[in-house]
Amino acid sequence: MTGVRILVGTRKGAFTLTSDGTRDEWKVDGPHFGGWEIYHLNGSPADPDRLYASQSSGWFGQLIQRSDDGGRTWSAVGNDFTYAGEVGEHLWYDGTPRPWEFKRIWHLEPSRDDPDTVYAGAEDAALYVTRDGGQKWQELTALRRHPTGPGWQPGAGGMCLHTIILDPVHPDRIYLAISAAGAFRSDDAGASWLPINKGLRSGEIPDEDSEVGHCVHHITQHPSRPDTLFMQKHWDVMRSDDAGANWREVSGNLPSDFGFPIAVHPHEPETIYVVPIKSDSEHYPPEGKLRVYRSRTGGDEWEPLVDGLPQANCYVNVLRDAMAVDTLDPAGIYFGTTGGQVYRSADGGDTWAPIVRDLPAVLSVEAQVLP
Amino acid sequence: MIRVILPAHLKNLAKVSGEVRLEVPAPTAAGPVTQRLVLDALESRFPVLVGTIRERDTGRRRALVRFYACEEDLSNAPPDEPLPERVAAGAEPFIILGAMAGG
Repeated sequence: MTGVRILVGTRKGAFTLTSDGTRDEWKVDGPHFGGWEIYHLNGSPADPDRLYASQSSGWFGQLIQRSDDGGRTWSAVGNDFTYAGEVGEHLWYDGTPRPWEFKRIWHLEPSRDDPDTVYAGAEDAALYVTRDGGQKWQELTALRRHPTGPGWQPGAGGMCLHTIILDPVHPDRIYLAISAAGAFRSDDAGASWLPINKGLRSGEIPDEDSEVGHCVHHITQHPSRPDTLFMQKHWDVMRSDDAGANWREVSGNLPSDFGFPIAVHPHEPETIYVVPIKSDSEHYPPEGKLRVYRSRTGGDEWEPLVDGLPQANCYVNVLRDAMAVDTLDPAGIYFGTTGGQVYRSADGGDTWAPIVRDLPAVLSVEAQVLP
Repeated sequence: MIRVILPAHLKNLAKVSGEVRLEVPAPTAAGPVTQRLVLDALESRFPVLVGTIRERDTGRRRALVRFYACEEDLSNAPPDEPLPERVAAGAEPFIILGAMAGG
């Protein structure tokens, strides 16, 4: 029977959650790398047993781990994330220039076709690629050397490259997002980059038409409609129908247009999910009610999904990489919270239940369908 | 033979238990054994530890890693300073620790 594996990165280790296609009963394995921050854990679409994990610690730095058996065993692979050539400078919080300084990998995006090819997004923002299963990493330097680079400034969580989308139709097209520089697109496999932030409105920036400086939290794309993108920004939920060239706000009737994750239904490209939270400083659900909001119209009109979610005294957050969908029918939706709960819906969001309640704070969630 | 004690997380990474024993070649027969030589030998035997004790780009000790030996804190000793004779003779271990810090 077809199964599902959920890959969970937390503040204190990695966990895998597995179930059959009913998604009723779950087996929880972990922690792997107990005590380490696992910013992201992701699997190869071409080989579901090939997993990669980004492991970091304030004491001992960061490593990349790889599993070839679906997460049962792991081995550290290459970890040399050198900024190629002249390091250069970006802006610091106080407006002064500061050299790029590698801190950790936030996001790992394996190729759709090749288990040995993986893209990695770093803090301070840079894009790396490996083509040998993680042994050697090469920086795609055109991004960091973009003419706007010296003007990039970190967001509150650092200057992190947190979103990487490999376009399923255009093999050389890559989207990415950086806090707080904005969104970028490459049409030549990373050899050059175009800021795609037109239409974003960020009140904190004096020039609202600024090419960069926007705090993009996450971007998602449906494989059958690759030119349509959805974005959760620091404030505002946004939509583009021209591969990011222009954006328009689709926050509509959301109770708060602030949040971190955004996901699209695997079979319905106009059905999207967000988790609104209150303001940019409180970072918890409005009224202490944890609600996923779903739009079936590609934005503007939103409905709260509450069945099975705590509707009182809930003050957790859901981080940018902590929501995922599986490709079964009916679709499964998953998210993890900073309170350590991982929730699942096996009916497209209508009803929810916790898979596990007491993990460390969840940093990332990915879903795999197993043969 | 130099004895090195790793913190638990680095033992897991290196897939070792207990002390690590290293042959540390000195630059000359009479040359001193230094912190740098010990760490070079450790990283050479366990490449997974490169970057976890010393910063990969600068070679400096990571801020929250400490070095102790013979009841002395050697964390801020120059890396090319001779280690205590009892460490060089293998009578006492060179201890690598994660500093006490929140989290």
